[in-house]
Amino acid sequence: MLVTLAIPSWPQINTNLASASPVAPVTIKRGAQAQAKVHVRLMPGYHMNSNKPLDEYLIPLRLTWTAPPLEVVRTDYPEGKMEKYAFSEKPLSVITGDFDLVTEFHAPAAAPVGSQTVTGKLRYQACDSRACYPPRTIELKLTVDVQ
Amino acid sequence: MFNKKTIFVAALLGTVVACSMSTPPAAEPKVKAENTRNAAADFALKDADGKTVKLADYKGKVVLLNFWATWCAPCKVEIPWFIEFEKQYKSEGFSVLGVSMDEEGWKAVKPYLEKSKVNYRMVMGDDAMAQKYGGIESLPTSFVIDRQGRIAATHVGLVERADYEGEIRELLRASTGARVGDAGDTQLASNQH
Repeated sequence: MLVTLAIPSWPQINTNLASASPVAPVTIKRGAQAQAKVHVRLMPGYHMNSNKPLDEYLIPLRLTWTAPPLEVVRTDYPEGKMEKYAFSEKPLSVITGDFDLVTEFHAPAAAPVGSQTVTGKLRYQACDSRACYPPRTIELKLTVDVQ
Repeated sequence: MFNKKTIFVAALLGTVVACSMSTPPAAEPKVKAENTRNAAADFALKDADGKTVKLADYKGKVVLLNFWATWCAPCKVEIPWFIEFEKQYKSEGFSVLGVSMDEEGWKAVKPYLEKSKVNYRMVMGDDAMAQKYGGIESLPTSFVIDRQGRIAATHVGLVERADYEGEIRELLRASTGARVGDAGDTQLASNQH
């Protein structure tokens, strides 16, 4: 139910600017919905694009799950803060510090009962006030108990 | 009352003062001493037209090698400067060479190049290329390479336009000597961080 394996775009970079892990295992009844919370921590001095950056070229924060037979209903992201940096003419929609992402799962009525591990990928791209760092993907594992 | 001579001198002084105030101070070049410069590693990468570009193609030129990506906002501050440098100093033996680190390749980069009217050559970078330059940890990262193919200055992150311009001018003024690649193509440019 944890994990913080950061996969950068070009592999020689080892610095992890962010970590993320599910807060707790999820229990879900067949035919019902349940929420999974993922806690994300970004190092001080850095910001990452929100899920809705205002520039088409910027890479949004995105959490995806591979969780069959569970279905992802939606994921709620924190609202970006509008921040102005020396390198941007217009304010950017960014996230800093610690925050949570919440995914709502649905278990089909025919889902097999029992514990299973579903995997998630959190993709983000961070910058500081002078430079940007390559997009990275943090792999997540979430324990889900279907009842 | 002032006589004509006094008025002329005052006007002249005023002009001198006004000119000195309106002209930004020249940036202090920060190029490395010649005997401390490492050879820039050669490479062979494709440009947007599929043609192979090698650093050795730039024999005898001053080169600004710029690693960037379309998702890098600070990089986009520098690109208009580089477009102007390419126009202004090309005839003196200067070139900008962009290295895109976009994962999505030309599909992402070409539209941006067209929209921004980038007038200098661009290649698509990869991990091997980044490794040759000591590992590119963040963008923008730029290397200012002298006429002998040696790294004279390195910039990690956004810097002032005047920093680049001062270095380019100083290197262009330097006499031509050995050619790009003479100092050893395979030597790692590992002194940038």
